[in-house]
Amino acid sequence: MARITASVYSSHIPAVGAAFDHGKTHEPYWQKVFSGYEFSKVWEKQQKPDVVFLVYNDHATAFSLSLIPTFAIMTGPEFQPADEGYGARPVPPVIGHPELASHIASEVIQKDFDLTLVNEIDVDHGLTVPMSCMFGKVDAWPCKVIPFAVNVVQHPVPSGARCFALGQAIRAAIESYPEDLNVQVWGTGGMSHQLQGPRAGLINREWDNAFLDRLIDDPKGLAAMPNIDYVREAGSEGIELVMWLIARGAMSDLRGGPKPKVAHRFYHVPASNTAVGHLILENG
Amino acid sequence: MSLGKEFKDIPGTIVFDSEQSRKGYWLNQFCMSLMKADNRARFKANERAYLDEWKMTEEQKLAVMSRDLNRMMALGGNIYFLSKIGATDGKSFQQMAGSMTGMTEAAYREMMVGGGRSIEGNRKIGEHGDAQGAAPTGKDK
Repeated sequence: MARITASVYSSHIPAVGAAFDHGKTHEPYWQKVFSGYEFSKVWEKQQKPDVVFLVYNDHATAFSLSLIPTFAIMTGPEFQPADEGYGARPVPPVIGHPELASHIASEVIQKDFDLTLVNEIDVDHGLTVPMSCMFGKVDAWPCKVIPFAVNVVQHPVPSGARCFALGQAIRAAIESYPEDLNVQVWGTGGMSHQLQGPRAGLINREWDNAFLDRLIDDPKGLAAMPNIDYVREAGSEGIELVMWLIARGAMSDLRGGPKPKVAHRFYHVPASNTAVGHLILENG
Repeated sequence: MSLGKEFKDIPGTIVFDSEQSRKGYWLNQFCMSLMKADNRARFKANERAYLDEWKMTEEQKLAVMSRDLNRMMALGGNIYFLSKIGATDGKSFQQMAGSMTGMTEAAYREMMVGGGRSIEGNRKIGEHGDAQGAAPTGKDK
């Protein structure tokens, strides 16, 4: 049977992708950011996941205002890195897992999570930047990826509670898939940042670290936090953090398993306008 | 159920909800068109003529031509869409975000390196933080 071995949490800042692509990772400013992923790259080589279920958001790239799905699962076989206006990132195409993705969609829709199914889409920095951080520079990605997009652009966006419940349904769906697969679930975006208006540049270090603490120890309580708190405390774009609760909901302690082990934790300010947060939790 | 009014109680912040989205629909869709190189070239060659192809208000067109991001936000723009204009102009996201604060590019960058803008006094309208002033308008730096 397929099993979820770990969840990974990471910011997905576009400037990090640009620094990576333009060979700036050793410049002092960026070295501080990438140092937080040194452990993670080694860890991934040992873990060898078969599939990553990757929760991210599209940033007005594939979804314009003409189509705004709240939750979208990508069931297609292959996805190209998008041109977001600066040219497409020079990273390999993302190979999907249509059979597992369709299985998950079928299971969770029957549990009343009404997903949008997407077969053709270009994926933006929200998806590819965490992959570069976790896998480094590669000719081909070392695993298959099921992209899963959440609307965090136009409010109301889904609540933390809804994301957390969805994560639990996704976990049950993955664990009922008959093939023996090592699956990781990633939640991306955040941490505190605001890209607009006179409050642009907001960083809330204390709140971010409390979020990380609660994500580890009290995910159920954290999931009850209303969306206004994210926007007020972590900035208008800090609302992306609700997506981390999907990945946390997929961990096995929520169905009575042991508490996950914290394999790695990292926090740094700034990367461009944003606080970088990164966490790896292993299922016990 | 409309979005709670507490979303309007955050200083220096416009929450992009369905009302803003309706207001800014064509402004944002115009921005999306700039993801194609041909459209970027046509826009750069004659901004006014290109904008006149879109069902935008005159105010929105003028805000675009003066690169007034705060004004564009007030008129329904969303920053992820508006960033396509910045990309067309060769601006980074940090330059765009910084331009909305009234700070110089260097001062904004320095603030970020120093740990970013403090939340203290910037949670609710009427407190005494540095984001409580009116949104600066005028030409993007």
